[in-house]
Amino acid sequence: MNQLMRFSRLHGDSKVAPFVAILVVLTLLASMGNLLMPEDSAFYVSTYTITLLGKYLCYAMLALAVDVIWGYCGILSLGHGAFFALGGYAMGMYLMRQIGDRGVYGNPELPDFMVFLNWTELPWFWQGMDQFWFAMLMVLLVPGILAFIFGWLAFRSRVTGVYLSIMTQALTYALLLAFFRNEMGFGGNNGLTDFKDILGFDLQADTTRVTLFAITALLLAVILVVSHKILQSRMGKVIVAIRDGESRARFIGYRTERFKVWLFVYSALIAGIAGALYVPQVGIINPGEFSPLNSIEMVIWVAVGGRGTLIGAIVGALLVNFAKTKFTAIMPDGWLFALGALFVFVTLYLPQGLMGLYKKMMDKRRPDNSDSHGSDTEGKNAEPAVKGGNV
Amino acid sequence: MRRLFAILCCYVATSLTSVHADEPMTTVDADPATLTTVSPLPSDPVAEPVSVETLLQSLTEVKLSKALPVLKQLESLGGVALLPMFKGMLEGDLYFVKSSKEVVMISTIKGELTAQGVLSKQPLPGVSKNQLKKIRVNNKLRGFLRQAIARLQISHPDASKRLAAVQALLTHLSDETIATLERVRPQEQDEDVQAMIDLALALHQSDSADPAVRLAAVYVMADSLESDARNKLVKIIEHDTDPKVKAAATKALKQINEEIEFYGFIDQLFFGLSLGSVLLLAAIGLAITFGVMGVINMAHGEMIMLGAYTTYVVQLMMPNAIEYSLWVAIPLAFVVSGLVGVLIERGVIRHLHGRPLETLLATFGISLILQQLVRSVFSPLNRQVASPEWMSGTLDINPILSLTLNRLYILAFALLVFGLLLLILRKTSLGLNVRAVSQNRDMAKAMGIRTDWVDAMTFGLGSGIAGIAGVALSQLTNVGPNLGQAYIIDSFMVVVFGGVGNLWGTLVAAFSLGVANKFLEPVTGAVLASIFVLIFIILFIQKRPKGLFPQKGRAAE
Amino acid sequence: MSALTDVREVMRRDQVWSFLKDEQKQVDVSHEVILYVEGLNLSFDGFKALNDLNLYVNDGELRCLIGANGAGKTTLMDVVTGKTTPDSGSVYFGQSINLLQHDEADIAQLGIGRKFQKPTVFEALSVFDNLELSLKQQKSVLPMLFARLTPTEIDRIDEVLNVIGLKEQCFMQAGALSHGQKQWLEIGMLLVAEPRLLLIDEPVAGMTAQETERTAELLTSLAGERTVIVVEHDMEFVRSIARTVTVLHQGSVLAEGTMDQVQNNPDVIEVYLGEAP
Repeated sequence: MNQLMRFSRLHGDSKVAPFVAILVVLTLLASMGNLLMPEDSAFYVSTYTITLLGKYLCYAMLALAVDVIWGYCGILSLGHGAFFALGGYAMGMYLMRQIGDRGVYGNPELPDFMVFLNWTELPWFWQGMDQFWFAMLMVLLVPGILAFIFGWLAFRSRVTGVYLSIMTQALTYALLLAFFRNEMGFGGNNGLTDFKDILGFDLQADTTRVTLFAITALLLAVILVVSHKILQSRMGKVIVAIRDGESRARFIGYRTERFKVWLFVYSALIAGIAGALYVPQVGIINPGEFSPLNSIEMVIWVAVGGRGTLIGAIVGALLVNFAKTKFTAIMPDGWLFALGALFVFVTLYLPQGLMGLYKKMMDKRRPDNSDSHGSDTEGKNAEPAVKGGNV
Repeated sequence: MRRLFAILCCYVATSLTSVHADEPMTTVDADPATLTTVSPLPSDPVAEPVSVETLLQSLTEVKLSKALPVLKQLESLGGVALLPMFKGMLEGDLYFVKSSKEVVMISTIKGELTAQGVLSKQPLPGVSKNQLKKIRVNNKLRGFLRQAIARLQISHPDASKRLAAVQALLTHLSDETIATLERVRPQEQDEDVQAMIDLALALHQSDSADPAVRLAAVYVMADSLESDARNKLVKIIEHDTDPKVKAAATKALKQINEEIEFYGFIDQLFFGLSLGSVLLLAAIGLAITFGVMGVINMAHGEMIMLGAYTTYVVQLMMPNAIEYSLWVAIPLAFVVSGLVGVLIERGVIRHLHGRPLETLLATFGISLILQQLVRSVFSPLNRQVASPEWMSGTLDINPILSLTLNRLYILAFALLVFGLLLLILRKTSLGLNVRAVSQNRDMAKAMGIRTDWVDAMTFGLGSGIAGIAGVALSQLTNVGPNLGQAYIIDSFMVVVFGGVGNLWGTLVAAFSLGVANKFLEPVTGAVLASIFVLIFIILFIQKRPKGLFPQKGRAAE
Repeated sequence: MSALTDVREVMRRDQVWSFLKDEQKQVDVSHEVILYVEGLNLSFDGFKALNDLNLYVNDGELRCLIGANGAGKTTLMDVVTGKTTPDSGSVYFGQSINLLQHDEADIAQLGIGRKFQKPTVFEALSVFDNLELSLKQQKSVLPMLFARLTPTEIDRIDEVLNVIGLKEQCFMQAGALSHGQKQWLEIGMLLVAEPRLLLIDEPVAGMTAQETERTAELLTSLAGERTVIVVEHDMEFVRSIARTVTVLHQGSVLAEGTMDQVQNNPDVIEVYLGEAP
């Protein structure tokens, strides 16, 4: 039986550790490139790039959140943007309170938009948001509780499949509408912006930016490892079992809805953290983050990278967003065409994403290459990381 | 002197009417006794000139502040014949030729300025604008003109015109007006006009010193929904000294308010049904594709958008026949959206069979492409689609309830489309196949039904109906690339609420959601109303996961 | 003060909080009967799937349910396992447990295992994982998160692997198994959970003659220790294992007894062969 034990330890994909190592090293290099190198050096990394990378890593974290429930549990949430945005708003509220009397109207208590709306008092839900610890608690609690309530209602009544997807989309849509209203007290259309500093550090300073970037990378690594552990545990197996045969899982005695709810909450927490890290780096949070398009876009990051593999989600988010940055710079109108085409292409030809493709290639190479008849079209699309060509 | 004046008036009046032979006079006759009642006040300083011509002459000379008495005289002398002049004056089209002082009406026909003599009715050849001078009016004069026009219209042969005239008079009842109304009342045949005149008289009588008269007047006002009557009643309740009158007025006001509430309810109901009809049109296409194939077409909203743009293009192609454009647009939109739907099914959805979540993603990608395509081809800006004449306007039921025709037509149209679809599903072989596939796909396949063909046709049908919905929507809102996006979530809610695979459920759900939304709106505001509806549906699914009318039994598994 | 005492009461160290307690109920089979089904009615859209159905199964019995399609066999299983709620009637597990008050997961935890007509296993997991998840254990979220594979559990799984003959395929993905192997795996998943009552729907569909024989052996060996209810169309198979057979017809029990008794029952003959001789 010892071999059994050893097997189960080896069985899980052990790529997480090297990946984390790469992530940490790259983060260190980029940070040093910004802080230590002179600006004219070839190794200098501009602050703009650092911020951009930080943004990408937030998206990667978000993709991880989507992948945990979609890839492993088969719950396609089209509303994860809502959790992301709620986390972002919680952070934004803290940053807003930090502005103090440095706003346009110079009101020490009220943010500018409230003065503009002739409000005289801080609404109750803004109380306490000037405390960092409280704001961070809210970053976790608000998305978590929303996910819990929604998940509990939805999973208890066994809403699944496309029903659930559309429901989550409706959820984020409803929040979008709500946050657009000035009376909600979240800055309406313009959202929250003009942040000055965080915990007393100037948000415009290079060191703050690099620190935020490094914290994002670190948290991403931590979340990646934790998620990996969870999914390797027996609970993770139950989750996969629920994805493949929910009623069977129920008939062997699992309350599948509870597993789903807690996984959903976990995923929402990750999304909330990602949102909270995103806002200080990007400098704005507005209701646009709730738009259904955003939420569905993150699904495609996961699909591109390969769902059901945590690293795939991260890789997908990084690649698609990098492509988006490049694409919108060259031809802004073309991006939606490209994104739309990506949706169709990936679902039709790359159901397992790039990771699936990579794995297929590895599998093909490993055993004696008996069936090397004509690599299919997807083969050409593989990343250069995979050494092409059969021996 | 007086006698002579009266005879002269008669002469002018009859001579003027003879010019206007196609508009026979009904009530103003040459009875001197009647005419004396409308004679100008003798104390008027400008009462000296006595013919219409001289009055018109003086109109060109007097100061703005002195014009009112002249107009009063003109009204009493000229009568109905001067109606066009009054109207022209009100609209600022009344000029006089600088050299001859002849009063003319100007109009622009085919880009050319034409001037017509007010008395001669003859066009003046070759008049340019700088030869003319405008006869100025101020607000006081405008007010008088409106009243005068209404008073003159009372004798219009068309009952609806007369009704409108009396209605216009209600707000300001001068002594002359009352006199005119009292004069025309006995001759009036039309019941509605009679009632309106009675109301006007009652409004006047409610200021009488005699409580009995006031009481009678209150009773008359109680039956009216005119806002003037209501305001008067409020005033009576506040100021009247007689308790009996006061009590009657209070009761009358309550009755009126109840009625207004009732019609307000009907109005909201109508708007709700109208929204429901739009939802129905948007959702039934989705209902059949979802019911039969179990996939959500996220590009369904874009099919609606394509239909709307088809309407826009059709109107661009036939700018001179906007009246008929819809008849071309409806089948064309069906074909365009239907074809795109079939293409999507054949090109993408077919390959994703049994993977509904992937289908959702792929069709979402298609919706992005279609939106961007429309943005590139047409422009990201909204486009206005014209409404044909017969669809604009309102259907006035009573003073507080009027239904817009386009909404009414769309409501009827939605029901028609629903009926047709039901007929197709019940009576045609396609319908039979569709129902078979939606109930048991494998069995249908085994029976030799070409399920892939049925899928394509269903998808085409659903998309085509979405296209038709787009035509209808283009009549209510502007057409833009995001038109469809707004409807996909709502449509899906309708389908879920109604129960998948049940068209009647979709019908009931669409209308109940539409009505609920419109009734919530005044209470909560539009945004919160839609949020509440969303929350309601999320909670509703808790209780009945399969919708209002679920498919029961083994087929539902 | 009372609040403090309340808190003390709640925080007592010698007791586990009641909501954390494993409320595993023991089945009371003091009257030898493990399953009581009484007056069960259920209709779908006017079609009476179950019609005043009464059934009693003794503890340790091997019972076969036969009947034509639509006789209500699968529906009965659905009701017993909590998948479907009947319109009226009662279902008791032992003397005291009303099954209608429990949901699927609860019922499974109580010790009722079910095998479906179509084999359903977790295809993306290995055979070993499939069995590991089916083990009799605390099946709520937190315990599952921190659960470690114990030597006892490994032994138990190993044992079952031997019984179902999938030792070789232990680490294969379940999705890669053949149809018959999936059937076996599903049976293994039931066995590893150590249920009191097994409901088995058409176990031998798609099995070879040899496999069928092994299944028959397995089922008969299970009876006694566990109660087994088998639904099967294959009459040869039923004859080979059955001691008591219940014939369902149009949602109610038509006949009950040994295979021979049932086969000679005039009602059964009438229903299956047309008119009575």
